[in-house]
Amino acid sequence: MIDQVELWIVIVALGLGSFGLRFVFLGLIGDRALPDWVLRHLRYTAVAVLPALVAPLVVWPAATDGAPDPARMGAAVVALLIGVTTGRVLAAILGGFATLYGLLWLIG
Amino acid sequence: MGFVSYHERFQMSSSPQDAYWQGFRDGLPFLLVIMPFSLLFGVVATEAGLNVFEALSFSVVVIAGAAQFTAVHLLENDTPTIIVVLSALAVNLRMAMYSASLTPHLGAAPLWKRAFVAYFLVDQSYALSIATFEKRRDWGLAHKVAYFFGTVTPICPMWYVLTIVGALIGNAIPPEFALDFALPITFIAMIAPMLRSLPHLAAAGAAVTAALLFAGLPLNLGLIVAAVIGMMVGAQAEVMMTRRVEGEAQ
Repeated sequence: MIDQVELWIVIVALGLGSFGLRFVFLGLIGDRALPDWVLRHLRYTAVAVLPALVAPLVVWPAATDGAPDPARMGAAVVALLIGVTTGRVLAAILGGFATLYGLLWLIG
Repeated sequence: MGFVSYHERFQMSSSPQDAYWQGFRDGLPFLLVIMPFSLLFGVVATEAGLNVFEALSFSVVVIAGAAQFTAVHLLENDTPTIIVVLSALAVNLRMAMYSASLTPHLGAAPLWKRAFVAYFLVDQSYALSIATFEKRRDWGLAHKVAYFFGTVTPICPMWYVLTIVGALIGNAIPPEFALDFALPITFIAMIAPMLRSLPHLAAAGAAVTAALLFAGLPLNLGLIVAAVIGMMVGAQAEVMMTRRVEGEAQ
């Protein structure tokens, strides 16, 4: 069970922090150029953080108490392949879910 | 006034209002991504024990899907508050890059308008705006600001509404639907189209490897460590590729 006080601290802090990240350059830096090395690292933020978050969930799913699950792994692989080849987010989501339910139904 | 300059004026005469509606139309297809994602957030938040008001507050105050999913997931696992906030903000670091990238286009707007741009700066409004601004060199500040707000007009209200719907139906969805896996599938679907260059692939590969290696670290610190390693590998791969291209050019 999530603690109420902790939940609201997270909502408010995350709201302020997210706004800060979005506002920092638009609002405060103006037209001055950023150092190249900062931009170079920022370019890879999304493709580093999100896969790092997802990888353990795919390999050790909470729903199976951490036991590797072929249905979930198959769904992840299909979503990845569709996303990389077509570049379409929605197609990858639908393909992933179709695979997940198909394999869960087949394997049980 | 000559004929030619009349035509030039005519071509540039599309008003900021036209730019707003162009943004609105460009934003519409993204509803197909936003609506299921927001619905899933409402569902996942309810599964984690949040009520409708709390789930909606998350979507209105934070307005960043990936960070919201991360925060709820970590809260569920009794992660210390500071780690929850830092991990979710790490997911949102890309917003700082969006902010930097739009500053040359929108930096001259009044401060209050820039504050609203910042609040509504999401993946979709950024991607549409930067692509359009680079094509429409004739656009001034008013057109660019209008276009940006046009893109968010269909997207952001539906973000709030579908969170409410998801939270309301969340409890009605049985465990057989395996919605625990909605988050991994949605994130993979969002990341996969970005893996179009060698440095991006290297960054993602390194982050995944590090996340699995450091999964045992306390306080979910493995995520931050893996993210930093991934970013450094991506940046380093880019430097090496640029050097190679320059070497071949000489």
